[in-house]
Amino acid sequence: MNISNLHVTRSSSASKIAAVIGALVLIILIAAPWWAGRADMRLMGELFLYLALASLWNFMAGYAGLVSVGQQAYVGFGGYMLFALTMFGGLHPIGAIALAGVLGALIAVPVALLIFRLRGAYFAIGTWVIAEVFRLSFAQISALGGGSGSSLPVGIVKSLSSSRAGREHLSYWLALAAAVIVIVAVFLFLRSRSGLALTAIRDNELAAGSLGINIWGTKFLVYIVTAALTAMIGALIFLQKLRISPDAAFSVNDWTAFVIFIVVIGGIGTIEGPIIGTLIFFVLRETLADLGTIYLMVLGVVAIIIMLKAPNGIWGLIRDRFDIELFPLSFRVRQSDPSNRT
Amino acid sequence: MDWLNAVVQGTLLGGLYALFAAGLSLIFGVMRLVNIAHGDFIVLGAYLGLSVTAILGFHPLVALIIVVPSMAIIGYVLQRAVLNQTLGKDLLPPLLVTFGLSVILQNALLEIYSADPQKLSAGPIETTSFSVGGLSLGVLPALTFMIAVAVIAALQWTFYKTALGRAFRATSDNQEIAQLMGLNRRHIFGLAMALALGVTAIAGIMLGIRTSFDPSIGGGRLIFGFEAVIIGGLGNLWGTLVGGVILGVAQTVGAKIDPGWQILAGHIAFLVIIAVRPNGLFPRMDG
Repeated sequence: MNISNLHVTRSSSASKIAAVIGALVLIILIAAPWWAGRADMRLMGELFLYLALASLWNFMAGYAGLVSVGQQAYVGFGGYMLFALTMFGGLHPIGAIALAGVLGALIAVPVALLIFRLRGAYFAIGTWVIAEVFRLSFAQISALGGGSGSSLPVGIVKSLSSSRAGREHLSYWLALAAAVIVIVAVFLFLRSRSGLALTAIRDNELAAGSLGINIWGTKFLVYIVTAALTAMIGALIFLQKLRISPDAAFSVNDWTAFVIFIVVIGGIGTIEGPIIGTLIFFVLRETLADLGTIYLMVLGVVAIIIMLKAPNGIWGLIRDRFDIELFPLSFRVRQSDPSNRT
Repeated sequence: MDWLNAVVQGTLLGGLYALFAAGLSLIFGVMRLVNIAHGDFIVLGAYLGLSVTAILGFHPLVALIIVVPSMAIIGYVLQRAVLNQTLGKDLLPPLLVTFGLSVILQNALLEIYSADPQKLSAGPIETTSFSVGGLSLGVLPALTFMIAVAVIAALQWTFYKTALGRAFRATSDNQEIAQLMGLNRRHIFGLAMALALGVTAIAGIMLGIRTSFDPSIGGGRLIFGFEAVIIGGLGNLWGTLVGGVILGVAQTVGAKIDPGWQILAGHIAFLVIIAVRPNGLFPRMDG
């Protein structure tokens, strides 16, 4: 075997095919306003926002080991910032969404300094306490409707686009853009130097630390970036809903439980996992939603069985069986000339 | 005098929070497991109490003789059938599995008992009071506090004075060596969860007598219990009682300042304590 024939690469034929198919699907999705009905577009918009939330939660829990059950803090915070900045700051909703991300990052700094003192499972519940503090605090602000919440004034809604169809298309595209931006951002982060550090921390925190990786700093960065993006998604969610209340904005079921189930079922610690998980979640929801509470129990049971029997989720099963990776992250050794196979 | 009253009432309320927390503290101490469904188990205890009082016509406190063993059996079976499979170096599986359990329990309770708020009716002790040094204390809060002290004393005694407690401590210190000494850690963990859910049943009944409850309130109770455990310091049962009292006092004093601030004041007290002493006030072990 000639060593000069070997080289190290990230891309594989599967990842190249996936990139082409991904680009085609993206073009079809961008064109959705011309082929999909209103209800379908609404559903897809919601799907994209869940996909973004799931990818972000996976980024934190699956790669940085920061298992949070309090991401609803940032979803709700972003939603409230959208309302406050447009109603009292006079900002255009799109500008308010961007600024909500900045403010989300700023508020995440003191929060991280505080809850990073808690370890493991206690960190998880600590994040929940923070979300409760956010919920109770926003419920005290009477200008934003206090405990009963408020609606986005018509003038602000109309500033997006004067026609209903225009608004629906815009909010669909914003949701699609959010999902694409989050997935691309996570992908690029993981391919970068910090991403390598993060993967090392995921595989063995002690070994990573002894190699000189700044564990605290890397996790802190992930937490802040996730908070900023989650706040922007939150602003988008409540731009679609047009109404906000503390209980809806900081709901642990809507913004954390479902997201965790999506990631666990799809496959934690992979970029592909949240995508598969979101699709399965929406298929289950659309078929079983009439069953109400039974549907949630089924979801919980499925998540527990997957966690116990296949901890890498459905994507993990596929990956182990076929050895493929759609988002090229890991390095592989390949032969440059396939005809030379020894 | 009003402030003294708030502090005393808060201390008594802290007894209830210590009951919420005792089960969490116990299972964390023995197997480093944090049960996210703990709050939902408290609510389950309250609902089981409701069923027993409705079907057999028992007083809620008498219903304990049925609810406590039932919850203990649920705990043992749950630990052996599900939770033992999640224990290991990785903390994600126990966290996510108990999170799934929490959603299942909540929705199962919703399906069986509906979302209507319920209450356990304990007759005159709910409203009677006695006066001590000019303060008027409710019989029920005082009783809850005494039960909390008794439960924690009993757990402490079990932990340090009995063969079972020695087995708990041995498995907590080193699972492999405990196993070599002839202890079956799966059984020991099952017993620890049984004991924890037995205590949780008491917490659920006392909660149900004190306030109305519905299937959705589990998360909030988990947070109070968790805060009491962290404030008191991990692995220290008497610390957990102190943590519950600090939380209770922060809430009643907060409510005295502004009624909207009650719960928020408790959370803020917790955050201040982890900012100043991340390991709690009287830690016995590392997180």
